[in-house]
Amino acid sequence: MTVATAPVPEKPEVPELPTTRPASAPSAPRVAPTRSRLRAVDVLRVGSLGLRTRRLRTALSTLGVAIGIAAMVGVLGLSASSQEDLNAKIRELGTNLLEVQAGQGFGRGSGELPDTAVGMVSRIGPVTAVSSLTTVDATVRRTDAISEGITGGISVFAADEGLLDTLHARLLDGRWLDAATSAYPAVVLGTTAATKLGIVDVADGIRVYIGGQWFAVIGIIDHVTAAEGLDRAAIIGITAAETFIVGDTLAPETIYVRTEDDEVDAVRSVLGATVNPATPEEVEVSRPSDALAAQEAASDAFTALFLGLGAVALLVGGIGIANVMVIAVIERRTEIGLRRALGATRAHVRRQFLTEAVLLAGAGGLVGVLLGSAVTAVYARSQHWQVVIPPVAIGGGLVAAIVIGGLAGIYPAGRAARLPPTEALRSN
Amino acid sequence: MTSTPGTPGTPGTPGTTGTTGTSVTSVTTPALELVEVVKEYPGEPPIRALGGVSLRVDEGEMVGIVGPSGSGKSTLLHIIGTLDRPTSGMVRLAGVDTSDMSDRHLSAVRSQLLGFVFQQFFLLEGMSALDNVANGLLYRGVALAKRRAAAKEALERVGLGHRLQHVPNKLSGGERQRVAMARAIVNRPAIMLADEPTGNLDSKSGAAVMELINELHHDGHTIIIITHDRELAAALPRRVSMRDGHIESDEREPDHAAAGAR
Repeated sequence: MTVATAPVPEKPEVPELPTTRPASAPSAPRVAPTRSRLRAVDVLRVGSLGLRTRRLRTALSTLGVAIGIAAMVGVLGLSASSQEDLNAKIRELGTNLLEVQAGQGFGRGSGELPDTAVGMVSRIGPVTAVSSLTTVDATVRRTDAISEGITGGISVFAADEGLLDTLHARLLDGRWLDAATSAYPAVVLGTTAATKLGIVDVADGIRVYIGGQWFAVIGIIDHVTAAEGLDRAAIIGITAAETFIVGDTLAPETIYVRTEDDEVDAVRSVLGATVNPATPEEVEVSRPSDALAAQEAASDAFTALFLGLGAVALLVGGIGIANVMVIAVIERRTEIGLRRALGATRAHVRRQFLTEAVLLAGAGGLVGVLLGSAVTAVYARSQHWQVVIPPVAIGGGLVAAIVIGGLAGIYPAGRAARLPPTEALRSN
Repeated sequence: MTSTPGTPGTPGTPGTTGTTGTSVTSVTTPALELVEVVKEYPGEPPIRALGGVSLRVDEGEMVGIVGPSGSGKSTLLHIIGTLDRPTSGMVRLAGVDTSDMSDRHLSAVRSQLLGFVFQQFFLLEGMSALDNVANGLLYRGVALAKRRAAAKEALERVGLGHRLQHVPNKLSGGERQRVAMARAIVNRPAIMLADEPTGNLDSKSGAAVMELINELHHDGHTIIIITHDRELAAALPRRVSMRDGHIESDEREPDHAAAGAR
């Protein structure tokens, strides 16, 4: 049979909307109708209908993606926050700080540095500050009535007057050792040590009992990033240590060296020979900031692992959405039939269910980003870290969710689109 | 204006086996023209649901297609509604030949030329009556505000102007079917197809729905009602009886025939 196009298009192709119902239906032959059309904003409306009418299911199926995205955002946020914290520590520490110690262990000498070391190092050109720190074999007690065995884990160190500046340490209260107090029984406590001894500030006449001698507490220092051991330390002057406790000269144990920023490597290469010209190989030189940098690298490895776990959760969430969409297509068979009868094309039906899947996953992504950010904020605060949530985690999380939703929606949407209208409209 | 040109099957078209013959000659394009429509479903042997059905429905007519289940009337409904394609034969809606149309074009035909009323209403839950009716224009790319304006008017036409914001759950069966009818007429279709429109209603609501269908018919709508209910069909001006995939009889009430050809 030939296809005869209807003649005489007396009516516009798309009839105007009825304003008043005409007495009779349009009578002229109509030409082939123009294509069905679904506006973009209507695609959104139609695509969100299922979500609005089935709220519990929407919430539950969104959860899977939300957890995946939350895990990923949380991991990225925590890693960024902890890195920011490490970076802050490194900045505080300065990358120009070097630590010199006598080599320890078998065949590595006496474990002592020569007495002359500090003086020698200070003569290296680019060195801006040098200080030494030495363990003193003594206990710290609140009074002499306390048993000598109860040390509270506090160690005694002898330090020179420059240590505070060399380590960029800060005083919480009182004063640091100076030329005068270094030679007298005066002590500066680390923050933990002070707490242990029940000392909150440097009031007049507070004394502690160190190695059979009363020492006046003249200062308390804040947490020292460069030398964590100093938190649990009682620091006295070298002269005082030699005079009141050891009764002999003290050889420096650890030497801290500050250099000019761009000369760190040059100084490092000559330190061994400078400190101990006879046996330079017995000198160990380290850079405390390197340890933190290594810590940072190690946390990167963990980040990758947890990101992987988050991706698995996201995948499972995506499968959940595909599952829910397949069920929705089966349940809403008659709706699909009705829409086809109302003039929806296969593409319109496909678009509707694809949009629904993407909206589901997108909502999950949004919840996940919020959840992950909240977890990051709470945990980072509890660690006294600065809260850092990388924008790439937020953007990436949302994009990942939307992509997952799109992938999850392809099959169910295709199924809905391929459903023949007669089959869709068949009741029960 | 002359009658439809270039239709080879025209001479035998109105009521092929009809007892009333070809007395009614319309000056307008028929709303529906079926020529030798055959529908077979694959199988061993193939099942022939329609065995060469020819039918012509003029604009403004109201026709009942009656028959027991298995007579082929549902298949006929699907084919008239372009929800299914005939195996052979021609289907013309308001002068538009849909026989060789792509699925996409058939969708367009449905959105512009047809209005469906189903036995189960098929209203979308979680959507007001107004928006359900507005959906009748959804796939024509009409903006929401215009859709709603037209929907309000259609709902007022079916006597539900006071139920615009009610969701289907809160409506009685009769009211739901009236919403469905408003949805079917909101796009001013060439044909309103009603499939057992009173099948899910008690007799009182059913009578009210039939009353409304009559009113719409008098407004000028072309209406085809598919039903197995002979009593309901008896009240219609034209009855096409189906049996075993063929048209058994095509009867008109004389006084209605004139009205139908108006």
